[in-house]
Amino acid sequence: MKAAAFDYARPATLDEALGLLRRHGDAAKIVSGGQSLVPALNLRLLSPEILIDIGRIDALRGITVEGGTVRIGALTRHVELMNSAPVAEKLPLVAEAIPHVAHPAIRNRGTIGGNIAHADPASEMPAVLQALDAVIVVRSADGERRIAAEEFFTGIYETALRADEIVTAVEVPAAKAGERFFFHEFARRSGDYAIVGLAVRMTVSGASASNVRLGFFAVGDKATLAEKAAAALSAGPVTAATVAAAQAALADDLTPQDDQQASAATRLHLARVVLGRAVAALLEDPSLAGRTAA
Amino acid sequence: MTARNPLTALDRPNSYIGRAVPRPNLTRLLQGRGQYVSDMTLPRMGHVAFVRSPYAHAKILGIDVAEAKAMPGVIAVVTGAELAKVCSPWVGVLSHLKGLKSAPQHAIAVDRACWQGEAVCAVIAETRAQAEDAAERIFVNYEELEPVTDMERALEPDAVVIHPELGDNLAFERNLDAGEVDKAIAEADAVVEADFLFGRHTGVTLEPRAIIADWNPGEGRLTVHQGTQAPHMMQNIIAKHLDLEEAQVRVVCHDVGGSFGIKVHVYADEMAVAALSKLLRRPVKFVADRIESFNTDIHARDHRCKGKIAVKSDGTITAFVIDDITAIGPYSMYPRTSAIEANQVVNLVGGQYTNMNYRARARVVFQNKNVTCQYRAVGHPIACSVTEGLVDLAARAIGMDPAAIRRKNLIPDDAYPTGSASGLKFEALSHHASLDKLLAMMNYDALRAEQAELRKKGIYRGIGLATFIEVTNPSAAFYGVGGARISSQDGVAVRLEATGRIVVQTSITEQGQGSEAITAQVTAHALGVPMERVRVILGDTDNTPYGGGTWASRAAGIGGEAAWQAGKALKANILAVAATILQSSADALDIVNGFVVDKGTDAERLPLEEVARIAYFRPDTLPPGFQSELMVVRHFVPRQYPFAFTNGIQASYLEVDPDTGFVTLLKHWCVEDCGTVINPQLVDEQIRGGIVQGIGPALYEHCRYDENGQLTNASMADYLVPMAAEMPDIEVAHVVSPTLESELGAKGAGEAGTAGAPAAVVNAVNDALAPFDVRITEIPMTPEVILRALGKV
Repeated sequence: MKAAAFDYARPATLDEALGLLRRHGDAAKIVSGGQSLVPALNLRLLSPEILIDIGRIDALRGITVEGGTVRIGALTRHVELMNSAPVAEKLPLVAEAIPHVAHPAIRNRGTIGGNIAHADPASEMPAVLQALDAVIVVRSADGERRIAAEEFFTGIYETALRADEIVTAVEVPAAKAGERFFFHEFARRSGDYAIVGLAVRMTVSGASASNVRLGFFAVGDKATLAEKAAAALSAGPVTAATVAAAQAALADDLTPQDDQQASAATRLHLARVVLGRAVAALLEDPSLAGRTAA
Repeated sequence: MTARNPLTALDRPNSYIGRAVPRPNLTRLLQGRGQYVSDMTLPRMGHVAFVRSPYAHAKILGIDVAEAKAMPGVIAVVTGAELAKVCSPWVGVLSHLKGLKSAPQHAIAVDRACWQGEAVCAVIAETRAQAEDAAERIFVNYEELEPVTDMERALEPDAVVIHPELGDNLAFERNLDAGEVDKAIAEADAVVEADFLFGRHTGVTLEPRAIIADWNPGEGRLTVHQGTQAPHMMQNIIAKHLDLEEAQVRVVCHDVGGSFGIKVHVYADEMAVAALSKLLRRPVKFVADRIESFNTDIHARDHRCKGKIAVKSDGTITAFVIDDITAIGPYSMYPRTSAIEANQVVNLVGGQYTNMNYRARARVVFQNKNVTCQYRAVGHPIACSVTEGLVDLAARAIGMDPAAIRRKNLIPDDAYPTGSASGLKFEALSHHASLDKLLAMMNYDALRAEQAELRKKGIYRGIGLATFIEVTNPSAAFYGVGGARISSQDGVAVRLEATGRIVVQTSITEQGQGSEAITAQVTAHALGVPMERVRVILGDTDNTPYGGGTWASRAAGIGGEAAWQAGKALKANILAVAATILQSSADALDIVNGFVVDKGTDAERLPLEEVARIAYFRPDTLPPGFQSELMVVRHFVPRQYPFAFTNGIQASYLEVDPDTGFVTLLKHWCVEDCGTVINPQLVDEQIRGGIVQGIGPALYEHCRYDENGQLTNASMADYLVPMAAEMPDIEVAHVVSPTLESELGAKGAGEAGTAGAPAAVVNAVNDALAPFDVRITEIPMTPEVILRALGKV
């Protein structure tokens, strides 16, 4: 299929882009890397009147470290995150997750701003950013808003972004001493959207966990923090019983759905499996994974 | 060269047969200089977009095209009723498949759509985008009809009959009863049954179907540029249904981005393009987009097969029983029919074993889904999976090793010629040599020991074996005897040009598998010239001898032999000219490296260009009455055996995670016997590619329809093709039993990988999960299927 005709604008500045966006409102779509938008255009799932290409706005580029925060410009491509020394050092969870984002050709073009604005519930970064308690910085012609990652994602392809706002950056707290991270996804093929994925940050002290954030993705209409499971893991030393309680709590935390690749029941099962494996890895106790044996 | 490594025939110059010679078309294709129909543009060319039925079954009450006709760039809007005046309908039956019935199918549906995706109207515009814009403004008034989707439900007495004039939804049934099945079952030590489920899947060619039809009213000829495997078949059929003489149709097949059987059929929308060109008197182009490919490229498999095996406690298999049912969509595909796959299943089950007690039933059913037809390894994966699945179950029932039970029952290597319970004839197969070679290659005993060790650590690995036979080099028995004008013979013309170069025209076609390479190799070898001097022309009904094309693993075995014979004949003719020039005798001369030489000493006498120069420009210097003939044509078709069967065995080694249901493929082996190996690299690529195309449906590929007949995963995001990262290393080896029907001795190799891979993988998964007493006989084996079998969800 071929895309329906559309107008195209490539503003040089953010203000110009925001002006265009205010003028055209819902009739416009922002394009940066185009890795989700262009297929949707070609399938005629979307037929915007105008595309506003923000790809030349330099102010949206770059990764900077300011104190305990890493600021990632919205136009930062996945490949740049993958190759970034500050990301590798300060954001090990991001570094671990990025290779799971699609394939090299997509990572070479796709941007973090586009990824989170698109808000695919099976995408990795929305869960990672929630696990890390990141802030999404957005801007309209009226000014800037700063939105906590866990408030940003509201549903399938839905965010707290208003029609006249553009994501300009994400700000992610750098790893602190004692924090441990885990990332894993079950995907049918390398580079596919996951059936179930989990990004974890927790502080480990002996056999206890605190400050637990469990960012699940592909198990509901949006990436979600599993708060009840996190609470179960934070209640005293982590034992097989606590893991089982946390796994049971996922039934309340998550609202998995049926789709092409797995039923809701399989998704919940796999969410429990990956949670067990995460805890086993982070507490360095393989028995906590509760693996099946014949 | 030492005495321990004496020179062999292969060390002579121009000895190409048996060598991994690079393909001549490699540079062109790697530089992006291939010419695919998708790339072509002709003057005044219109692009077609089809409006396709959103319903699986619906009456077309009316089509409002007024708005679309007024859209920018629109050349014409044509409905099925209008096109039916230019293109007659067809019925996909063959007379040797007794009882096979189907209904007339139109290029564009006339009053009823029978599957979601069937074309109901065409828009032709100056660009495809404009055609799609206009297609959105065509309003079809449908009356939804009850869709027939489930194949067993389709046969119930109160089911909707898709074609009422046919009486019921049963397209074809075949029953076979050989030997004494009931007695064998009564006397068996163990009888095991299983229901095997095979999901629908499709070929997913890299380049979609593509066609440009170009009617030239001035010369009254239609030139069709098409990605097809069978140009002469298409020429015949396009002429027939457009009411033209065959001579008025030329089919040209340029580079083709993969076929796998997908592009050997007559597609309604492609016939529509040919008819539209005639109607509009200008070139018309259609390239299927990916959604159209999923909805209209033929699907395959979709079988449910009940199987039963009887075995003695010593491992002797004493009976196979199958009851297979498959659904083929609303029409039997034209002209090869959609009954062939089920027919093949009946033919092939148990064919590698000595057992002669065999009962089979196959039923082929109409339904309101996309049409199914022959796709790589037609019927073989079904037959192999059922046979080899049953053999493993029998082995488990009597406590025998899977390799041992196969050794006990495979037809002995010295038993040939022989046949199967279903009546197949085998010239020479090598099951035992292949099994031995495979077990050595994979170090079977060590692998079993490793498996046992790892099980103690909670790691579940499985080893799966699958022996198979494969139909190749088909004679007229496949289609010709059933009345289809599909040639089973191929022709090759070879000529010496005035420059001393060689031009070969062959009726086989190239879709990426290397037909061009093996034709050049065989011809150069036969003639004694460097391969670089040989240019191969294929895929053009105006410029090649008449022949079948490339399908059913036939190009190398049949087209290759024709090239060999043509090369030999031209060599004799060249030597006759040279003998005259040199006042020698042809018997005393040979051709080596492009030179006429003295036989025995290889002393150079004349370059071929000198022979050509004299023959073409100074024939006056040749003796009176001597006429040089520097172009020859030879044809070949196997006559003694209906098919040249090949055989082989595959093994899969994999790990199953019982908590997640995920399967990790660790290694795959294949030993196969395609007779003479013309080009080991091409053959091994065929085997590996075929294995991957067999692993696909075992684990990933599935056309998922809902209960309303809607295909729900028509995209590359949702239909999972096997990808490199998940594929194991594949080791390939050969046993060589040449067919004596040809001098070359080559049998086919294109489908062996696909035939055996699903069975090997399924058997390996079941082997891995044996400690859990789990048995899975459904593909694709998704994590969901495995978790369900394990009782986890």
